[in-house]
Amino acid sequence: MNPDRIKLIAVPVVLAALAAAPLALGTGYWLGLATTTLMFACLAQAWNLLGGYGGQFSYGHALFFGTGAYVTAVLQVRLGLDPWTGLIAGTIAGGAIGAFCGALSFRYGLKGSYFALVTLAFAEVFRILATSVPFTGGGAGILIPLKVSPANFQFADKAGFYYAMLILFAVSLIVTLAVERSRFGAYLVAVRENEAAAAALGIDIFRVKLGAITLSGALAALSGVFYAQFFLYLDPHIAYGSGVSVEALLAPIIGGIGTLFGPLIGAIVMRALGEVANVWTDGAPGLNLALFGLLLIIVLRFLPDGIVGLIGRLGRRHA
Amino acid sequence: MTASLLVPALVNGLTTGAIYALVALGLTLIYGVLHIINFAHGSLLMVALYGVYFLNTGLGIDPYLALPIAVPAFFILGYFLQRGVIEHTAHGRDQNILLVTLGLSIILDNLALYFWRSDTRTIDVPYGFDVIDIGVALIPVPRAVAFGAALGIAALLWFLIGRTDLGRAIRAVARERQGARLMGIDVEHIYGLCFGIGTATLAAAACLLLPSFYVTPQVGHAFVLVAFTTVVLGGMGSFTGALVGGLILGLVESAGGLILGESLGQIGIFIIFILVLLFRPTGLFGGKPA
Amino acid sequence: MLEVANVSKRFGGLLAVDGASLKVAEGSIAGLIGPNGAGKTTLFSMIAGAVPPTAGEISFAGQRIDGLKSHEVCHRGIGRTFQITQPFAGLSVRENIAVGAHLHHRRRADALAAAAEVAKLVGMAGLLDRPAASLTVAGRKRLELARALATRPRLLLLDEVMAGLNPTEIGEIIGVIRGIRDSGVTVLLTEHVMQAVMSLCEHIHVLNQGRVIAAGAPSLLVTDPKVVEAYLGRAAAGRIEAGSRHAS
Repeated sequence: MNPDRIKLIAVPVVLAALAAAPLALGTGYWLGLATTTLMFACLAQAWNLLGGYGGQFSYGHALFFGTGAYVTAVLQVRLGLDPWTGLIAGTIAGGAIGAFCGALSFRYGLKGSYFALVTLAFAEVFRILATSVPFTGGGAGILIPLKVSPANFQFADKAGFYYAMLILFAVSLIVTLAVERSRFGAYLVAVRENEAAAAALGIDIFRVKLGAITLSGALAALSGVFYAQFFLYLDPHIAYGSGVSVEALLAPIIGGIGTLFGPLIGAIVMRALGEVANVWTDGAPGLNLALFGLLLIIVLRFLPDGIVGLIGRLGRRHA
Repeated sequence: MTASLLVPALVNGLTTGAIYALVALGLTLIYGVLHIINFAHGSLLMVALYGVYFLNTGLGIDPYLALPIAVPAFFILGYFLQRGVIEHTAHGRDQNILLVTLGLSIILDNLALYFWRSDTRTIDVPYGFDVIDIGVALIPVPRAVAFGAALGIAALLWFLIGRTDLGRAIRAVARERQGARLMGIDVEHIYGLCFGIGTATLAAAACLLLPSFYVTPQVGHAFVLVAFTTVVLGGMGSFTGALVGGLILGLVESAGGLILGESLGQIGIFIIFILVLLFRPTGLFGGKPA
Repeated sequence: MLEVANVSKRFGGLLAVDGASLKVAEGSIAGLIGPNGAGKTTLFSMIAGAVPPTAGEISFAGQRIDGLKSHEVCHRGIGRTFQITQPFAGLSVRENIAVGAHLHHRRRADALAAAAEVAKLVGMAGLLDRPAASLTVAGRKRLELARALATRPRLLLLDEVMAGLNPTEIGEIIGVIRGIRDSGVTVLLTEHVMQAVMSLCEHIHVLNQGRVIAAGAPSLLVTDPKVVEAYLGRAAAGRIEAGSRHAS
């Protein structure tokens, strides 16, 4: 069976398995963990679209995550809009910020490390802005009032949040699959592999990269919106801090960069490892993240295609 | 705005800028020769600060007297990080080097958080609150020392790279790696040396900083982006550029704080960073854009 | 079909191409030859839009194309190959060619099918699922050709597609290029393999130190002393001239 067809079958199978997961996880702590895992998987999926398929490594995806989170929070708290409108507005805002940041960076030909640094700087600018302007609540952060109702994107039980997040993750997964199978996707990968050759084949490199960063920004904003609704609290460091940017890139690289399921697998492995570290150290902070850093270096050293690549290699050996 | 407000801000900006320059010197050396952006630079500074802190609190060694211990130790640490970890993980790809150093910084920051918690630590030195009165402003002694040392270290690096045999080899490697290899230069060894020297300057920076500064596991973050900005502004690989770039940024931050308030003050640095990256990626002192 | 008029390119202090002019007739195979460093690749890159000319005009099918970007030039109907092959190394041969085919096929399935068709034309049908990175030099040259062909160009610029190939492979690729021309595509090629140029091209331009020093049918150029001098140096040209005088 060709790989295209396998993926078409695998996507609904994986989504169905995720939908059935609460049966095994119960309704307590583990379901909450699964929910945040999917949230980070969605963020990772967004990063992967630009970094994995497009080869443009962003070190500032917090920019989009934070924008999605703040837009929905501010619209609710300051203007009294409902969070579903906030979801749409936040996603559009994430895409718009992506387009803005991309238009500047790619117009002036920033690549590789320079692009990485400029995205990092954009996220920092927004972090400082969010600390300084009054309507975000500044450094003290912003609280979304508790009003439990599905119409208010607040659910009475954890399962409600889990399924809401699963739908958002499904959107990111299906968008990625659609990109993989489209002309845009073929062009994006071509740009990653060789820009000169891509241009000679009629590809407008600027437009392709701009499309990728816009889409990636919008998807990352989705997970940011969910964060705001799930935790009902935001501050500039949570939303725009470098921690989010690092999470966004670790999962796809560990899981398998430029692959459909890499971000999900990476997010699951990282959360599981983090959980082990938590139990081990009795919840003391630091060790879990240190392990992620170690895992990143091990993957770079030994598994250039991440865990997905390792699975593929083992599969071929046994075949 | 009166001079009584402006002059101290100016002096404050210059002394802060000297510290930025001090941190950026090692980064620009590593970039100039290895062509890698070392994300772990801030974290290594943090580790150095803890090292100097514990030498002081544990053994009672004055931070300035810790220089001959910390600098060689960090030279060796840097050398082995490059030869033992980065060299083997990069596989010759730019993105990988960036990621490896990011991985190192994540590990260092979080191990520090795990072992030492997020408490802010400072040390007491007898000269900690001494000031020099220059008439128009008061300069804390530790900051004056750091200012002088930044100039001294920049001069030392400039001499090392520009006027010694080792410097000649380093320049050869920086300019034409394959050619240098054919001439019998051990390129990997030179890379290790440069990373070691770059890391050693952080140890020096830590010794000079701690009397007037603090240490937390996150302290590297405060410096790393500013150091990148300094290096980019000054032209990657240029010591003079790093020095001038650092001073400019110190002034920008100080002026930004004065005009925009404390929390918005730093924004000027990042906006400069973005603008320089976009419009003049070779920096103010770099050559023509390629 | 293609007209290059007084085109120059300056890189800093170096005048790589100095007022070069040439014309390529529709349906022909034209050649651009010259010693190393004569400016052939620079001239090619200017026609393809990869570098803008410093001065001069380039027209294709009656319309100015100088100043257009690479992708715009491709949309006008000019395909190119690179002297140093530029495969999409992480992709299969089929996917590589499909990127070119996407210019006229929006759907992935159509582009992949078109890629398989093009692969047949250049003799790569058996290699479709191989990773591009695993190809031999000859394979990579063919892949360059196939990708460019997949964009259905009206003019194909071939930059040393025979360099590094053995005589058998050269023989095969000459056949492929003739086939391409017979299907209605105009070809402009640079080449070091003289025998191939002489047998393939109907019209040849000779570039030396950035200038077109001679143009004409292959048989006329071999006896042109300017051409011989450019390739072999003044002394050799003198000897040949003397030799031919002696004979007459």
